[in-house]
Amino acid sequence: MIEIQNVHKSFGDLEVVKGVTMNVNKGEVVSIIGGSGSGKSTLLMCINGLETIQRGSIRVDGIEVHAKGTNLDKLRRRIGIVFQQWNAFAHLTVLENVMLAPRLVLKLSRSEAEAVAVKQLKHVGLGDKLKVYPGRLSGGQQQRMAIARALAMSPDYMLFDEATSALDPQLVGEVLDTMRLLAEEGMTMILVTHEIKFAKEVSDRVAFFHKGVIHEIGSPDQVIGNPQKPETVQFLKSVL
Amino acid sequence: MFSTDLTSNDLIFLVQGAWVTIELTALAMLIGTVFGTLFGFVRASFPTASIPLAFVLDVFRSVPLLIQFVLLNSAKSIVGLKISPFTVGYVVLGVYAAALCTEIVRGGVLAVPKSLRLAARSLGLTSLQDTLHITLPIAARVAFPGWLNLMLAVMKDSALVTWIGIIELLRTAQQINTRINEPLFVFFIAGLFYYVVSWAVSQLGNQAERRLQND
Ligand SMILES: Nc1ncnc2c1ncn2[C@@H]1O[C@H](COP(=O)(O)OP(=O)(O)OP(=O)(O)O)[C@@H](O)[C@H]1O
Ligand SMILES: [Mg+2]
Repeated sequence: MIEIQNVHKSFGDLEVVKGVTMNVNKGEVVSIIGGSGSGKSTLLMCINGLETIQRGSIRVDGIEVHAKGTNLDKLRRRIGIVFQQWNAFAHLTVLENVMLAPRLVLKLSRSEAEAVAVKQLKHVGLGDKLKVYPGRLSGGQQQRMAIARALAMSPDYMLFDEATSALDPQLVGEVLDTMRLLAEEGMTMILVTHEIKFAKEVSDRVAFFHKGVIHEIGSPDQVIGNPQKPETVQFLKSVL
Repeated sequence: MFSTDLTSNDLIFLVQGAWVTIELTALAMLIGTVFGTLFGFVRASFPTASIPLAFVLDVFRSVPLLIQFVLLNSAKSIVGLKISPFTVGYVVLGVYAAALCTEIVRGGVLAVPKSLRLAARSLGLTSLQDTLHITLPIAARVAFPGWLNLMLAVMKDSALVTWIGIIELLRTAQQINTRINEPLFVFFIAGLFYYVVSWAVSQLGNQAERRLQND
């Protein structure tokens, strides 16, 4: 379970997350929607400790992320994150991209890591691209590789930060399909997304972010289907 | 017909000179690459804290090599250090190469997108693992052409060690010329040596670069 309690985050004088509270239960899919610059990416980065927070607390399965003694490298093994830019390690083949962290972080043997990597790459439909360098893949394939790379660590949580925003429109579908598959398998996920239809379809709950605070949170039918706040209505009008 | 007083012994002499040039270059590049990589990472990672380092390297970059050779060579006599001119030669060249290599490596490290490092860290890689397995290899691909150019520049600049009495390729050519007085021919051959070595290095470099680009 991820427990976010009254989190504040500033960059210098600019406060971008202004007291956010929300929980994500095991097996739940929660989407975060909201305008550009509202602090969505920043909040995700705070969850796995890539960014620090000024106030409040974030706990992942009871572990205080921003406490002094927390071993962040260890915590991050359990939280996969996929970014907007697909971040392929260009000097490694697809297979090596996915094997790297299991080998270095989980200390698996070469053959164990390879088995895990092959399994995950097949899972995302890249079983025939193992020996290829990422430069030869389409954006959608690279993004699916990034998903497999995160899954190879057997994370308990997956965070997606606009995983399809940088893709050509015709490639969005294949990545969304992969994410849908994960949701159906019961993965606990937080999706930051501009794909409102997709969010409505896969999410258990949707949170609407505006200027660093959650304005509305609830079932997709409530927040997307029947929004109460004028800001939410305005935002949905602008993206649908 | 073309005739020359250049003997086969002279040619062997030239080859020995060329070998000294290659040795100097190799040793200088070894020093330059090791320290340049280290300093380049430091400069990229701690831009403010490493300003003093940048200043020192800047001095070594800007003072003409010839002055550096003569300075260290004289300083060593005054202090009474027992090191050979050859050592002075490759140390000075090595420090010079390190100063230039630092900038090349720094550029390479800064060219690695921050998001790539975040992706590595979010997989649970430690900062050191990220540096060794992600940042270093990707920065190396960016820095490689510059590094190769540096090597060729160092090889040419190594001719300056002749001023502190080391017999390398240029000096051997001068000595042979003093005896047979055929400057055009002798220096043509010496120039050819430099060219052939540079050419071979570039060829190897191009091949390595193609391998680095993975296709
Ligand atoms: N490292 C940083 N340093 C300074 N300011 C930052 C940094 N990262 C983000 N910001 C600022 O914080 C604010 C929130 O950014 P964030 O990326 O979290 O927004 P977002 O909701 O993800 O927007 P988008 O939909 O465009 O991705 C923005 O004003 C941004 O300029
Ligand atoms: Mg964002």
